[in-house]
Amino acid sequence: MTDMIEPVSPDTLANGSAHVRLGSNAGQPLTRADGRLKVTGRATFAADNRPDGMLYAVYVSATIARGRVTHLDVDAAKAHPGVVEVMTPANRPPLARDPDAKPHPFALKVDALQNDRVRYAGQPIALVIAETLEAAAEGAVLLAPAYAAEPARMDEATGEIFATEIAGFGNPALFEKGDVEAGLAAAARRVEARYTTPAQYHNAMEPHAIVAAWEGDRLILDMPTQAPALSTAEFASFFGIPPQNVLVRSPFIGGGFGSKAFATGPYLLAMLAARMVGRPVKMVHRRDQQFGPVGHRGATRQTLRLGAAADGRLTALDHTALSTTSSFDDFLEPAANASHNMYASPAMRMAHQGLRNDVGTPGAMRAPGEATGSAALECAMDEAAEACGMDPLAFRLANYAETDPQTGRPFSSKALRECYTAAAERFGWSGRPLAPRQMRDDEGRLVGWGMGSALFPCPMFEAEARATIHADGTGTVEISASEMGQGALTALAQIAADGLGIDGDRLDFRSGDSSLPNGGIAGGSGHTATAGSAIFTAGADAVRRLAEIAVADEASPLFGASNSGVEARGGRLHRVDDPSRSETYAAILSRAGLSSVTGEGKGARDPAAAESRAMFSHGAVFAEVTVDPDLAQIRVTRLVGAFAAGRIVNPRLATSQLTGGMIWGIGFALHEETVYDPRTGRPMNADFAGYHVPVNADVPSVEALLVEETDRHVNALGIKGVGEIGITGTVGAIANALWHATGVRVRDFPVKMETLLG
Amino acid sequence: MNLFDYVRPATLGEALGAAAHPGAAVLAGGTNLVDLMKAGVARPERIVDISRLPGLSEIETLEDGAIRIGALVGNAALARHPAVKAAAPAVAEAVLAGASAQLRNKASVGGNLLQATRCAYFGDPASACNRRVPGSGCDAKGGDRRGHAVLGWSDACSATNPSDLLVPLAALGAVVEIAGQDGTREVPVAEFHTLPGADGDAGGPQLRHGEIVTAVRLPADAARFAAASRYVKVRERTSFAFALVSAAAALDIEDGTIRAARLALGGVAARPWRAAEAEAALTGKAPDAAAFQAAAEAAMAQARPSAEDNAFKIALALRVAVRALTLAAKGTPERMPALPASVFAPTLSAPSPSAPSFQGTAR
Ligand SMILES: Cc1cc2nc3c(=O)[nH]c(=O)nc-3n(C[C@H](O)[C@H](O)[C@H](O)COP(=O)(O)OP(=O)(O)OC[C@H]3O[C@@H](n4cnc5c(N)ncnc54)[C@H](O)[C@@H]3O)c2cc1C
Ligand code: SF4
Repeated sequence: MTDMIEPVSPDTLANGSAHVRLGSNAGQPLTRADGRLKVTGRATFAADNRPDGMLYAVYVSATIARGRVTHLDVDAAKAHPGVVEVMTPANRPPLARDPDAKPHPFALKVDALQNDRVRYAGQPIALVIAETLEAAAEGAVLLAPAYAAEPARMDEATGEIFATEIAGFGNPALFEKGDVEAGLAAAARRVEARYTTPAQYHNAMEPHAIVAAWEGDRLILDMPTQAPALSTAEFASFFGIPPQNVLVRSPFIGGGFGSKAFATGPYLLAMLAARMVGRPVKMVHRRDQQFGPVGHRGATRQTLRLGAAADGRLTALDHTALSTTSSFDDFLEPAANASHNMYASPAMRMAHQGLRNDVGTPGAMRAPGEATGSAALECAMDEAAEACGMDPLAFRLANYAETDPQTGRPFSSKALRECYTAAAERFGWSGRPLAPRQMRDDEGRLVGWGMGSALFPCPMFEAEARATIHADGTGTVEISASEMGQGALTALAQIAADGLGIDGDRLDFRSGDSSLPNGGIAGGSGHTATAGSAIFTAGADAVRRLAEIAVADEASPLFGASNSGVEARGGRLHRVDDPSRSETYAAILSRAGLSSVTGEGKGARDPAAAESRAMFSHGAVFAEVTVDPDLAQIRVTRLVGAFAAGRIVNPRLATSQLTGGMIWGIGFALHEETVYDPRTGRPMNADFAGYHVPVNADVPSVEALLVEETDRHVNALGIKGVGEIGITGTVGAIANALWHATGVRVRDFPVKMETLLG
Repeated sequence: MNLFDYVRPATLGEALGAAAHPGAAVLAGGTNLVDLMKAGVARPERIVDISRLPGLSEIETLEDGAIRIGALVGNAALARHPAVKAAAPAVAEAVLAGASAQLRNKASVGGNLLQATRCAYFGDPASACNRRVPGSGCDAKGGDRRGHAVLGWSDACSATNPSDLLVPLAALGAVVEIAGQDGTREVPVAEFHTLPGADGDAGGPQLRHGEIVTAVRLPADAARFAAASRYVKVRERTSFAFALVSAAAALDIEDGTIRAARLALGGVAARPWRAAEAEAALTGKAPDAAAFQAAAEAAMAQARPSAEDNAFKIALALRVAVRALTLAAKGTPERMPALPASVFAPTLSAPSPSAPSFQGTAR
């Protein structure tokens, strides 16, 4: 299905000590280390745990969007056989931290029964604990909440629009460069268009699930989390216990997409429940409970104004977004920021406003800001290309940003041109007629081709790792990383083996447990780069310690070499000046009488590099859609993307991430949408029969090409990230292809049949 | 979930006795009932599991040529059955266009006939719904009704019947065989679900409490259309989604003349909509675009949107009917298309007569 590049040639990391090579294991297209466990059902997800004495908890979801709970029939619920306890605001044990406080910029307010207010449909308003799941569920029904409801505010007309300085997590909501109005006035061609994107919910296959248990004031949690070690401090803060008293076990996560990175109200309630009854408590969300208290992608309304000179060069780029958030918190989908770094324009303005509706607080959902913003930007660029009478690809090339449009900095690397070329060639773009409605397939269906540029930042966060070389020459690497289906266990282990200079089958890779060194967060497409850097330097550190012993040992063939004069590979240290002189790790340790050596490493962005370079992954996506001219049925018959994302640690898994993102783009363009009742604010399609994502039949052909790219600035390993970029570019490419097929500009997502039926 | 008794009767007689209990519900494949129980929409006191009752899982060809399909025949088994494929290929195509492979393996014919509407407000116990609680009101009014009825609806209810299977069954004049403690009776599939009426009467299946559907019978006459029958289903997703609109068309064409026609529409009403006017309009005509257009217009003549957001379904249903008739006239494909009932099935779609000529280089 996919062209793979050759594994990146071995590279050496000189870290002032012994050399270790990246490339013996990293770069190989290994299959998933956890694949067999998963297909045989032996991978243990949170909900698979059943400690002795465990009880079940089900929380009650509010069915109004705004108002107060006036009554809960606690007696009826308690009278139901098997019900052990009912938690309401009246008896909810105290929390050490106010759920409505925001002690740090990433904190979101949560609903943990702090009072009787209802702020959105789906909010937890009570919790029932029982001996069986069925009893807990029935207890929840028997509570039969009564409300004093206030009118729901579910749209622009009823909600409050507010100014903001922050979009997303701490990003400035406004960016201005040059004079946009003057640029527009001077333009030979102008385009103005408004785009809408709906509320989308992450809907990972695995719903949120937790098994919580207290041992004294130690809290033991089996739960899926994108940040096992980081989350301990967060949970601990709610209970007034030290972070080290919290143990989070999260070996496998059935998808997170941003929804499993933060503390949520229901999770806190499950922890409180376990403390209340003195027994372990399991709580698994129903599918409909995924629509509310665990975040979502907020709806946006975006306006793009583009001006272009006669030669197609942009004179102004204005992107404003109205992002919907909750009535009580501030997370705004930073949609307009997607236009910061893509195209060169002398005048730019990206601005956000917020809209308060009675919905749960949105949050990060795969490519937050970029997914929605790129959808609008790439559509607008297509409209501008049409206005200029230019081929969409030529138009983008005319506006190619040689330096970062936002900061003016050079890019750490940017192989976008190569991506355009590779994907366009593979797709066969050159035969494309300019005008719409020119192509039919041999059964008379309309065919259209569109494209979009893809871009995603490659941030690094902070992570730590520990690496040990044992007496038998095997290695252990420990880090609380997150395997959420993306293949972290595999890719990080590849880096780990290289860091230790051993073969992959000699490595014991331990992850997914908060007692291990902090692996940071699996988010922002930065996990492989961050955790990978920590792992690699930990391995190199262990090798350095081993080399110190060897070069000081007269009995070693390495005696006398400087530390940097040896190189590790295949479980041996070799002299750089004479590779035939080498010794196994086991021999070095045995002579030294040591059972092991341990190294430690950290991963983080070099601040100087961060100051001097703009760092992004890039890509190009080309789409073919086929449309039945009478019945307005749409099918994305081909998707071809090419992506340059620095060093690719595992081409098979990276390709899977990229195609997965592209398929997500199909869902964004054509399927995904939350339908809220305007009066009650309840999501009316809160299950998979109603909330649609693409099925196999919607994806007849998808290809992601990997474009080679060397980046010496992002980090020593040259790793960028591939987790989110696939969505960007794809939505626009599909919408643009739809225009090319039908002549209809679709500006509201997902595209509905009636839009094309006209 | 509420507490309930679970009984698994050994014979139909026992099952009828058990199902007569006031709070009883019959369980077949469970793909609809269990979902409704989990959502709190159905709260039976007694589950009568008929899934292993003997004698209801067979498909037999009767002496007069009719095909009798037991109520417990799986949807997948139905679609694969040689006699069904031969006599009523549109039935097989419709079944294969529904749900997913896993669901089709589990779901029964009786359950498909009796599956509940997919109106979101019906499925939400916190909403008022005349269909769930007669006389309680209809919260769909004022909410999302994009998928709702454009034919046969009333102020009381505008929900649609979601079944694909029932559409060709209704077109071909199939009848439902029903057993009760007092004996057996029959109701045509096309009339099995009553239309909503006045004063909070949402209509519903014509099944008295305690009755069990034992079979669906396709008349022998269905086979005359076997050479020219199709099912076409339209929805946003290419597979695994209920129909926004669908149509089953079956023609008996001889010497360039339609001797008899059958047409039913899905997704437009509270029951599969048998379009008798269209069938009459087609009889004796040449199977051409004009005849199909006129027939589809006749089928939709009484249509009116139940809400603004479903107005487009009228034009859409008209076009789907034309397409189904057009494809039927081209002849039943020899092999089931890879995407049954989809306009993207390679053997399905044909250039529409007015299509501009091919100019690009689509691959
Ligand atoms: C996600 C999803 C997608 C779907 N998509 C489609 C689709 O695209 N097209 C489509 O047509 N269907 C679709 N279905 C519906 C599916 O076809 C039905 O759920 C199924 O046919 C029901 O059959 P069952 O045997 O499981 O019924 P059950 O769930 O066992 O029963 C359903 C109802 O029928 C009653 N009942 C069952 N058998 C009898 C009997 N013999 N006599 C009297 N009463 C009886 C039960 O009491 C209950 O009220 C979908 C379902 C799901 C969950
Ligand atoms: S349309 Fe019918 S099924 Fe839907 S809520 Fe109204 S009465 Fe109930």
